[in-house]
Amino acid sequence: MGYKLRFADVLRYQHMMLPGLVATMRLSCMSFLLGVAVGIVGGYLKTSDKPVARRIAVAYVEFIRNTPALIQLYLVFFGLTSFGVWLDPSAAAVLTLGINCGAYATEIVRSGIEAVGKGQKEAGFSLGMSRYQVFRYVILFPTIKTVFPSLGNQFILTMLGTSVVSQIAVPELTYAASIIESRTFRSFEVYLLIAALYLALASVFAVAFWLIEKAFLDKSLRLPGRRTGRVVNTVDTGLLPQ
Amino acid sequence: MTLMLTAITAFGGLVFGLVLGLLKTFPHSKIANAIGALYTYVFRGTPLLLQIFIFYFGLPILGFDTSPLQSVSIALVAYSSAYIGEILRGSIQSIDKGQWEASASLAFTYWQQMRRVILPQAFKISIPPLVGFLVSIIKGTSLTSIVGYIELTKSGTIVLQATYQPFLVYAIVCLFYFALCYPLSLLGSRLERRFIPSA
Repeated sequence: MGYKLRFADVLRYQHMMLPGLVATMRLSCMSFLLGVAVGIVGGYLKTSDKPVARRIAVAYVEFIRNTPALIQLYLVFFGLTSFGVWLDPSAAAVLTLGINCGAYATEIVRSGIEAVGKGQKEAGFSLGMSRYQVFRYVILFPTIKTVFPSLGNQFILTMLGTSVVSQIAVPELTYAASIIESRTFRSFEVYLLIAALYLALASVFAVAFWLIEKAFLDKSLRLPGRRTGRVVNTVDTGLLPQ
Repeated sequence: MTLMLTAITAFGGLVFGLVLGLLKTFPHSKIANAIGALYTYVFRGTPLLLQIFIFYFGLPILGFDTSPLQSVSIALVAYSSAYIGEILRGSIQSIDKGQWEASASLAFTYWQQMRRVILPQAFKISIPPLVGFLVSIIKGTSLTSIVGYIELTKSGTIVLQATYQPFLVYAIVCLFYFALCYPLSLLGSRLERRFIPSA
């Protein structure tokens, strides 16, 4: 191997990596929040009684899940220009990644909703709650508690997916990597370093989500007797409507 | 091109994924388990795009004279073997312990057990998630367009530069991928449903 690895040249550009890191974090969080919001709506639609709602949700999920994220990004950023809509790269990135994450989140939330027994929903209706009230107070919270690990995993996947938006010049971590690479020509070291950064980020968030889940779970088990923590949860956190 | 890349990745990923899965479930060596776990951790915790960059730019630097197709294939195979290894590990571990005991009582060695009893069953169980992952592989090949490898996405970009109609071009590319992936997704979910009663 006649090539000497020289990381020093790359480390000189650390001042570029930090803003990239911050931008990646911001991008992931915003996309993830959008995705979860879309996912809750989508999950609700998918488990609704109306076939129209179900079909819309299914079409959305299948389209997003069977096409590459890069193409979705190009479609939004470049494609919408055919209709006169010129989006800022960051805006296009958040929109695309949010919609993308939303499709996977829809599936996750749907499985969570189905895990809440039908009896809970019927009990809610028998207490005279409207459909919105039933969804918000009886179904939503146990759903989120059940699917929290999957959502955490989805966050990490979304964060790794942000590397793709570097292609439309969004100043995030991978983009910083390509800038540094074009200045130092040390492509191998740069990309290795940035990959290690992503790995570190993913690990930190995996631990963070695990900790949050521990905090969450222990809370509901504190009530004596009932271990399932379903409708009892809403009493515990005071969400039951008066 | 896309299909060829997918096929190479799928086969390579299966082979190495199998190696990885066996490494991770090998009961006599914690080191082997650790190596497998570390590999999975690294390749699942980093973006595919970066992995493609590292292999595409890095391999020539390290002295290997590889064509773009080879570097890109190696990157994709490395990525998919991490995921396939995890899928296979899960299916190997889900095989009933009774199978191990029965074959051990017939004086099978570990490798004989693996080859004749455990792996055939594990493969059968893992087909639905593997089909699902095949969809991910197809989507992953689109990222290789970024390093200039000509496949579906890149040819779309080339056509775009000639026709200046981004929405139409990318919509058609989208439909192509969808036509490739959606039947696989349907197949995957149908296979999954078939396995539930038989489990």
